[in-house]
Amino acid sequence: MAKQRVMIVGGGLAGLAAAMKLAELGVDVDLMSLTPVKRSHSVCAQGGINSVNALTRQQGDTEWNHLDDTVYGGDFLQHQPPVKEMVYWGPRIIDLMDRLGVPFNRTPEGFRDQRRFGGTLFKRTAFAGATTGQQLLYALDEQVRRWETEGKVTKYEFWDFLAPVLDDDGICRGCVGQDLVTMEIRAFPADAVVIASGGCGLIFGRSTMSMACTGSAVSRAFQAGAKYGNGEFIQVHPTAVPGADKLRLMSESARGEGGRVWVPRTPHDPRDPKSIPENERYYFLEERYPKYGNLVPRDIATREIFNICTHEGLSVDPTRPCVYLDLTHIPRATLDLKLGGILEIYEKFTGVDPRTAPMKIFPAVHYSMGGLWVDYQRSADGGLQLGNPRNQQTNISGLYAIGECDYQYHGANRLGANSLLSCIFSGLIVAPSIDSRLKSQKGIAADSSSKLFAHAVRQKQAEHDALLKNSAAGRGISGVGRGGENPYRIHEELGQVMTRAATVVRYNSTLAEAIDSVHALQDRLRRSSLSDTGNWTNQNVVFTKALRDMIPLAKTILLGALKRDECRGAHFKPDFMMPGIESSDPAEQRRQAEAWCDRFEANTRKWLKSTIAVLDVNGEPQLSYEDVDTSLITPRPRLYGLVGAEIIEQVWKERQAAKQLSNNGAPQSVAHPEAVKN
Amino acid sequence: MSESHAHDSAAPHADNGHSHAPARTHFEVRILRQNAPGEQSYWERHKVAHEPDMNVISVLQRIAAQATTIDGIAVAPVAWDCNCLEEVCGACTMVVNGHVRQACSALVDRLLEDNAEEIELRPMQKFPVVRDLVVDRGRLFRALEKLHCWIPVDGYYDLGSGPPASPAQQQERYPLSECMSCGCCLDACPQYTKIELERREGETDEQFHARREAAYDRNFVGAHAISQVMLMNLHPTGTMQAGERIDALTAEGGIQVCGNAQNCVQVCPKHIPLTRSIGRAGRAATKRMFQRFFDR
Repeated sequence: MAKQRVMIVGGGLAGLAAAMKLAELGVDVDLMSLTPVKRSHSVCAQGGINSVNALTRQQGDTEWNHLDDTVYGGDFLQHQPPVKEMVYWGPRIIDLMDRLGVPFNRTPEGFRDQRRFGGTLFKRTAFAGATTGQQLLYALDEQVRRWETEGKVTKYEFWDFLAPVLDDDGICRGCVGQDLVTMEIRAFPADAVVIASGGCGLIFGRSTMSMACTGSAVSRAFQAGAKYGNGEFIQVHPTAVPGADKLRLMSESARGEGGRVWVPRTPHDPRDPKSIPENERYYFLEERYPKYGNLVPRDIATREIFNICTHEGLSVDPTRPCVYLDLTHIPRATLDLKLGGILEIYEKFTGVDPRTAPMKIFPAVHYSMGGLWVDYQRSADGGLQLGNPRNQQTNISGLYAIGECDYQYHGANRLGANSLLSCIFSGLIVAPSIDSRLKSQKGIAADSSSKLFAHAVRQKQAEHDALLKNSAAGRGISGVGRGGENPYRIHEELGQVMTRAATVVRYNSTLAEAIDSVHALQDRLRRSSLSDTGNWTNQNVVFTKALRDMIPLAKTILLGALKRDECRGAHFKPDFMMPGIESSDPAEQRRQAEAWCDRFEANTRKWLKSTIAVLDVNGEPQLSYEDVDTSLITPRPRLYGLVGAEIIEQVWKERQAAKQLSNNGAPQSVAHPEAVKN
Repeated sequence: MSESHAHDSAAPHADNGHSHAPARTHFEVRILRQNAPGEQSYWERHKVAHEPDMNVISVLQRIAAQATTIDGIAVAPVAWDCNCLEEVCGACTMVVNGHVRQACSALVDRLLEDNAEEIELRPMQKFPVVRDLVVDRGRLFRALEKLHCWIPVDGYYDLGSGPPASPAQQQERYPLSECMSCGCCLDACPQYTKIELERREGETDEQFHARREAAYDRNFVGAHAISQVMLMNLHPTGTMQAGERIDALTAEGGIQVCGNAQNCVQVCPKHIPLTRSIGRAGRAATKRMFQRFFDR
């Protein structure tokens, strides 16, 4: 007797949270993952997980503040109801993870310890050493293993998601997957499919992401008709250790625990950094952003570090750009206790002990804020209506997306330590949403026409076979096809194109050229030849398929960035900057501030919108723009470090007050005691 | 090393950023390959161009891209397992120059200092080879199932915070919680022997799966799993089922199989105090045995 089942694609924090919660609700779950789920990329998350807590509450912190930091930090580009729901769940999620056995660091009295992260003034981040992601993931992995022994969860590890299976009405009835060992392709009927496959960093070649973060599962859903939101918003993390094979993250927690970023005031000062006196050091973040210092939001820190190396010529190392991230003033025992995990990584991969020598770091591609577009049902109080089947659902009925691969929660720039929260939260809330869907749904996917699944499998099998056959036919002595193209080299080039055009700073001319380059790479990729044409653990063909599926996402990222003529969070175009106010004459200042605010408002009307991409019949992305729900907090200028910020802020507040007055007590926002302060 | 540039350039007469030894342009890699389970393994030699800051993963990436042996013969790329490349996911364990370790943190320059002739790569020895350097470590996760390595909470609804814990308790649990199931401790363990079953004729997936798990369960669980039991038993909630886990740990294939060779703790890349966990588990098992004896 067939039962309803749910397929989850990806076993990181989001996928595991969804799996365990669905199992608790009595739903049978299949879990497909490229790697054993315990090895998912969530293990790399280092610094911590945010929520308001008893301590910060007494310092004036509230869930509303967390919401405000998240939307302000994200430059207002996220729908506010899901974010509101997430931050209100924050404390409960930390409690749950605590109950599941996560060894959070403790205060002497036995409470969970907290640290500060960028973009906030509160110590709101709970942490387990500097390997918080690993600890959270293991706790969820253990719970899912528990359900596995009870038969509620079936794992398909070393399986690749190839495509969702849609019926004639366009409803998702399951998916097609491929066994990475036997290369068998088969269909999995499912009454809902949840994509939880993480970010797409591999499109940029080298990034802080894992090798499984190809974005292929997302791209395959995209190619099947799912909408993709805010593709151009890729967060570049300010601090990473450059490496030949990948860029290794140096968590923001290093700065949260007091790490200081600096460069010598003399370019390429050859002295040992420890011997350079204080007055010859330039702590540029602390000088330029006295309020937040080294903990300015990531987009700001990234641009400053990038600028100081490239434009101001103050890179520490003459041969490659980097700045010092200095922890050497902090006692060794404290470092080992709170940052041990990440310091070991630095030491192991560079051979230098960061407890005694400042680290050399530079920004690196880190997080996809864009992703599959997902829906939600707003509740009367401005949060989410829990259990509504629309929550986290893509535009394809029955196809859901959670975690880093959905586009909610982070807006234009992700607040540090919010990703773990959003992943676990979206995983937990998708479960009751799907449960409602299953309860109201007639029929069971497994009973759908077997033709539907057979057809889908045949199609994917044919594509797979064609790739092998073409390669075998074209194979020459070089090991790569005669006249054929090597997919590994194409990937390298794609990474270079994307990194150059669509990371820290963006220019329209470069973006347009990059789009042409990606088209050229796509043509070459069509002629690619594999050096392995066998049908047993063929990593060559799996990689080539993933690479092929990176192309539509790469184009979407580039096109979105090209079209968006403004600066917003992680997306920064110098040609469309709004410079600060230099004048010292009060009247002129005032006039310029008014003009600045006019321009800001005009820009908001035009660009405070989600970018929505769909693929046309030729596989080319087509963009449209969707309004953002800003009903809880009115968008305001993000003025970090801008010259003349005070006068702009003053003019802005006066304008808001005037508007409030003319509305005469007819609030457009949800009534909230703290809403007015914004 | 990234630091070497800075140091060298500060030193007199070393403006090229390298030492006096002739710059190495290439190095050789010897890999033990196997096309599929049950097939004969064979050695293959590759020549790779030297680049700064290489690790074994980047070596395998270059080999995949060139797909040609040192003799110019076109071959399929070597299959290997990896993911995070930061030594936290545990995927890329293999035997490098005779030592079981993660390939990502195996830095080429360091390896060539030890043996300038070549770098030797082979798959882990205690797990069935899937292909080349990829092995099947399913048994490792099965042990965690057998020993109930989880905190059996009442559910995922909001039931308030977890039990309070002292910093000392946290610092005791935290290192054990860093175990990434990489399998180094098992590969180095003399008591952990390879189990490789072949599918019988007419056997279904389920039957084969069940027979394999039964075989896994009869054999040694290994240091990683014993340490995970201690991790769970140290938790204020987990301790409520401590007895059940100790029972599972003293069943066939349990802690009594440990020969105290202490290889595990020496190869653990995360420096987890595995032998201390084993010692404690042993004492807990003894205590449990007496308890049960007198409770009869």
